[in-house]
Parts: sequence; structure tokens; C-alpha cells
Amino acid sequence: MRKEIEQLNKIFDSRIRIGIMSALMVNESMNFNELKALVDATDGNLATHLKTLEDNTFIKVEKGFIGRKTNTTYAITKAGEKAFRSHLDALEKIIRNLG
Amino acid sequence: MKEQYQELEALKDIRNIMERSTRFLSLSGWSGVWAGAVALGGSAIAWLQLERYYNQYNERGNFDTEHYINLRNNLFYLGVTVFIIALTGAFLFTLRKVRKQNGSIWSSASRRFLNNLAIPLGTGAIMVSAFVYNNDLQYVAPACLLFYGLSLYNAGKFTLNDIRYLGIIEVILGAICLFFPGLGLYFWAAGFGLMHIVYGIIMWNKYDRPLSKTGTA
Repeated sequence: MRKEIEQLNKIFDSRIRIGIMSALMVNESMNFNELKALVDATDGNLATHLKTLEDNTFIKVEKGFIGRKTNTTYAITKAGEKAFRSHLDALEKIIRNLG
Repeated sequence: MKEQYQELEALKDIRNIMERSTRFLSLSGWSGVWAGAVALGGSAIAWLQLERYYNQYNERGNFDTEHYINLRNNLFYLGVTVFIIALTGAFLFTLRKVRKQNGSIWSSASRRFLNNLAIPLGTGAIMVSAFVYNNDLQYVAPACLLFYGLSLYNAGKFTLNDIRYLGIIEVILGAICLFFPGLGLYFWAAGFGLMHIVYGIIMWNKYDRPLSKTGTA
């Protein structure tokens, strides 16, 4: 059991970061407001978590424009997908050991 | 132990977010009831128009192109009007539900749902218009049902799963109707009227009903 808990990725400890990663796993890309509505976070809070994920190269950020308004979209990277999948595997193992 | 329950919670969160971000889950049951009621009303008007046409036909005793063209055009405009009224109302009921849940009507999930609905539905609309244009009216009702059913089945992947079953029912009705072209209006009323109302009520019961006083959700 200890081994599995160690396999959990510390970066995915936060509910909001898990939320962001889950959404980006199944969507090609999402913008800030869509993510905000989904994970239910404040602007500042979400931005901080996005930055952490970006610094770990789990997500990539693309700054674009819709007309004059900035539209920043986020997408998962290969590394992010891999890290999140192994995190999910570890979670699954822990829960399996419960029963 | 506590730690492990946390992991279970985390998995639940993940599942929930994956679902909510890809599926448009705010379809209102009232939308179905509204669309069904409008379709039944439209069917009744169409039935009256057909009755009148055949009564006049019997009185005259011969075919009159002008009367026929009038009937055809009236039925076509009626169909388009019914579609617009049904769609607008359905949209407003769903918008109300989205607002209540503080969601957004224009999300990646709703876009995906609409795209998957619009492409088969648009194809059907072109086909039905061509039938009307070519005066080939016997397959209008079954084609409406078939294409609508396929659209729902397809778009059902991106909304509440129940919609897929409604799609299958519409396809089956349309397929049977192909072999009874004379009964098209009745199949049409059953598929677009009755089934929408039944489904609207089922979905309202399942997803929209306010939590009852006994506390069971």
C-alpha cells in the first residue's frame, strides 16, 4: 500500500489541478473561462494552479485573440497525459486494495 | 483509512469533470414536453387541412393541381413553423435550466452536442425539402423520423444518455412508417408529439424534479 501511495503524483494533490487535468484529458483545448466554470475556482486561484501545471510542462498555453479580446487556451501535453494516467492508475490500485 | 476515502473522492471528481466537460447535461425535460405539444398541435392542423382537401376533392370528383399545390405548400410551411416554434421553446427551457445551474449555454460540450445534432439533421432537412420540391410526399414523414432519430442517436454521445434511446425509437418508427406511407401523419404525430412528451416527462422526473420532501433524490 505504501508503495502505491508514493506513486501518487504530489502535483495532483489539489482538487483544482485534478479538475483541470481531467477536463484537458477529454477536450482538445479549453479556455480560461470554460475551465473556471468547470472547476469552480476564482480567477487568481485558477491562474496559480494553471501556472504550476505549465511550469511542470503538463499543460501548454496558447495565447490568441478573438477580435480584440485575448483568448488563452490550454491543452494537455504528452508528458502531462502520461503523468496523469499513472496518477489515475495509482489511485485505482489504492482503491482496489480497499476491498 | 481516511486517506483512501480521499482517493475515492478524487476519482469521483475526475469522472464528474470528464463527463461535464464533454457532455451537455442541462437538457430540460420541459423542452421535450414543449416540442411534443407543439408537434401534436401541428399534426392536428395538418390533419384538418388534409380532411378539407379530400372533402373538396370528393365534392369536385376530380384532381385539381392548384388545390394540390396549395395543400403541399401549406403543409410545408406548417412543418417549418412547427419546427421553429418547437426548437425556440425547447431552447428557452434548456437555457433556463442552464442559467439556474450557473452554467454556460455556449461551452465546448454544448458545441459538440449541437455539431453532432446539426449535421445529420441538416442532411435530413435537405432530403425532405427535395422530396417536397419533387412532389414526392409519401416519404416525407418517415424521412423526418429517420433523420431526426439518427441525429439524436449521434448527438446522444454528448448529452444525457437517454437521448440515444429516444433516437433509436424515432428510427424504428421511421423505418416502420416507410412501409405504411399513407399513415405518415400518424407516425409523425407519434414520433414527434407523443414520444417527446413521454420522454420529456421521464427526463423531468429523472433529472429536473426538485428533491422531494422525503429526501430521496
